[in-house]
Amino acid sequence: MTESMTQPKNEPLLRVEGLTKSFPVSSGSWRRNTAQVHAVDDVTLEIQTGETLGLVGETGCGKSTLARCMARLYDVTSGTVWFDGRDITHLDRREMRVVRRDVQMIFQDPYGSLNPRRRVGAIIGDPFVIHGTATGRELKTKVQDLMATVGLNPEHYNRFPAEFSGGQRQRIGVARALALRPKLVICDEPVSALDVSIQAQIINLLIDLQDEFSLTYLFITHDLSVVRHVSDRIAVMYLAKVVEAAPTPELFSTTRHPYTRALLSALPVPDPDLADSREQIVLSGDLPTPTDPPSGCRFHTRCPKARHDCVATEPALLPVLGDAVGHPTACHHPLTVGEDLSLARPDIDATERVGDGAFPLEAAATKEPGGESR
Amino acid sequence: MALLEVRDLRVAFNTPDGVLEAVRGLSFDVDRGSTLAIVGESGSGKSVATQTITGLTSGARVSGSARFDGTELIGASSEVLRTIRGARIGMIFQDPLSSLHPYYTVGWQIVEMIRAHDRSVSTSAARRRAADLLGVVGIPHARTRIDDYPHQFSGGMRQRVMIAMAMALDPVLLIADEPTTALDVTVQAQVLAVMRRLQEDFGTAIILITHDLGVVAEMSDEVVVMYAGSAMERAPRRTLFYANHHPYSEGLLGSLPAKGGTRDRLTPILGVPPSLIGLPAGCPFAPRCPYAFDRCWRETPPLRMVFDDPDHASACWLTPVLSEREALRAARVDREPDQPQESASATRVEVRP
Ligand SMILES: Nc1ncnc2c1ncn2[C@@H]1O[C@H](COP(=O)(O)OP(=O)(O)O)[C@@H](O)[C@H]1O
Ligand SMILES: Nc1ncnc2c1ncn2[C@@H]1O[C@H](COP(=O)(O)OP(=O)(O)O)[C@@H](O)[C@H]1O
Ligand code: SF4
Ligand code: SF4
Ligand SMILES: [Mg+2]
Ligand SMILES: [Mg+2]
Repeated sequence: MTESMTQPKNEPLLRVEGLTKSFPVSSGSWRRNTAQVHAVDDVTLEIQTGETLGLVGETGCGKSTLARCMARLYDVTSGTVWFDGRDITHLDRREMRVVRRDVQMIFQDPYGSLNPRRRVGAIIGDPFVIHGTATGRELKTKVQDLMATVGLNPEHYNRFPAEFSGGQRQRIGVARALALRPKLVICDEPVSALDVSIQAQIINLLIDLQDEFSLTYLFITHDLSVVRHVSDRIAVMYLAKVVEAAPTPELFSTTRHPYTRALLSALPVPDPDLADSREQIVLSGDLPTPTDPPSGCRFHTRCPKARHDCVATEPALLPVLGDAVGHPTACHHPLTVGEDLSLARPDIDATERVGDGAFPLEAAATKEPGGESR
Repeated sequence: MALLEVRDLRVAFNTPDGVLEAVRGLSFDVDRGSTLAIVGESGSGKSVATQTITGLTSGARVSGSARFDGTELIGASSEVLRTIRGARIGMIFQDPLSSLHPYYTVGWQIVEMIRAHDRSVSTSAARRRAADLLGVVGIPHARTRIDDYPHQFSGGMRQRVMIAMAMALDPVLLIADEPTTALDVTVQAQVLAVMRRLQEDFGTAIILITHDLGVVAEMSDEVVVMYAGSAMERAPRRTLFYANHHPYSEGLLGSLPAKGGTRDRLTPILGVPPSLIGLPAGCPFAPRCPYAFDRCWRETPPLRMVFDDPDHASACWLTPVLSEREALRAARVDREPDQPQESASATRVEVRP
């Protein structure tokens, strides 16, 4: 899987360039004006053939919207989507059919995405029927083969979704996504709703299938330990923007963006000694709303390193401090290796900090950046 | 004497499919000022157990004992429970909106709560205390935000309001049922920091219910691992992570993505949890256990001391001798790859298809 990083770069399987997607939202309780929320704002990102690109970020940062734009389930507001060397941004429904076969999605909620009144055989067989690639006995054989591939008992062909456990239902979703031998599978929080033991079963399955069918994955999750496990590269999003992207080991060893560092440090580690000894950065404040994002760097309202230029100017997503092109960071004051972020204090006006929730606790101020006194 | 002593707690519900045994003989202690984590997969009975202790499960068949600071809670009158709930045992849940009234300001709700338990406190004094509490849990501009309604707070801030409310009467025990499960990690870190801080300042004991082993490692002193309604293992935090005895604990930890390497195969627990209706005799984990042997299917293992450590107990028939248990762990051979196993054991254990 690391091949794609060491090989000379050829055409990526998927590339989005300057992608923006906005939705209308009604603003104010009495005003009827509709404002726009930029769910994804000017994102440029590539997925190389055969790799797993992880996409992490907190709720509402735009991960699902970006994924749906990539799969063209949404029309984009501006920007370009390239798939397999072809500009698919404006393909119409009919033209998209071919692309649809190659790009499939797996969703978080195995319950919500399966029609409870249909038998799993029919559900998994849908793609074959829609694309007219198999009928009758051949269809049944294909579906049962798929069921075996994803670890379902083929004899359960006539059962209903309710007769399966959560993990098995996610296997149904995987089978359906694989039916047409896609090139790219977009997994949107595929294991987030599952208990840890079942989660591990599905992660193993997805890894095995990738090797078996040479799949390319976009793996979306808010769980950093999962994304670290499965991804060759990781892109971190904050408020509709990609703020840092890097090969997985490098993102952890040479973290550049203060938000990435904060996210890594906030993740509880299932190891008591490590939990007791590590430096923890407790960020101040809540996520601002994407309807009215902060000026300049969007993270400046919570960033321990924020300076005046952060408020004024938006940083570009580019390699910093001599990093390779594969590791861009959008920050004016990126972290050096070994820099202790927990010692940093913002140097901007207090009014530029987040209104709702300036900091977690006054008493914890010693450990916590941005804990300016009240 | 421990602050809370739960002994052989059993809770069952009548359902159309039969009697569902949600809690099956659970015993544990909570010491003053310490944090007990109850960890287990969904449906293992964590919420039902703690709600039963505070008298919040109605329509259930309950037996066993829960002595809180000398008072028996199981079977206690609703007046007794009302005075204890809120005042001496504070509670917070995953969804703060379930316990905050949408039509009243958060300040009003905290004031009411304080005055309901002690009418001699004046409204203005209660209001001052409410504002202080909101400040303590890290709500900025507490003195003005006290007049806001629950929906005017973000998810993380609402959870803090809940904590403030739960702490209003200075309880000796706080039961936190998945308090951060719905929150993003950076906000979770803030809320956990608040809870840790409160414990240091007020010496509150905490029962922390979670399915996240990371949160357990960060927060707990002691851990109870629950499966199918009963405790599989009980141990101090480091013991559970570094020298556990029970195969289910081992399985949970083994399922976690490894810290360093990427893309190795994980070691999931095979199969799915059993139905709690008509559970057969024997170890409830046997259908998924890589170590299961004859006895496991016949006799239910009791929670007993292991590794010569009086603080460490496991409900498992495997050897209680540390070196022998470690030898078994090293020689462990997992059964076939997980796929066929899940369907096989699922058909075996699922009573209702
Ligand atoms: N269909 C929609 N209409 C209006 N707003 C939307 C829609 N889908 C997403 N959003 C908004 O766009 C932002 C990003 O959402 P989403 O892509 O779902 O984030 P994530 O998947 O990272 O949690 C959020 O603020 C969300 O409220
Ligand atoms: N009121 C009820 N009636 C019937 N069954 C219930 C009731 N409440 C909970 N249960 C069942 O009891 C079991 C344990 O539930 P719970 O304590 O909520 O699990 P956990 O909190 O560990 O996820 C589950 O199987 C659940 O479906
Ligand atoms: S240092 Fe400035 S540019 Fe960098 S993340 Fe912080 S606020 Fe943004
Ligand atoms: S009693 Fe037997 S089946 Fe149960 S956990 Fe121990 S070894 Fe496994
Ligand atoms: Mg999403
Ligand atoms: Mg629960």
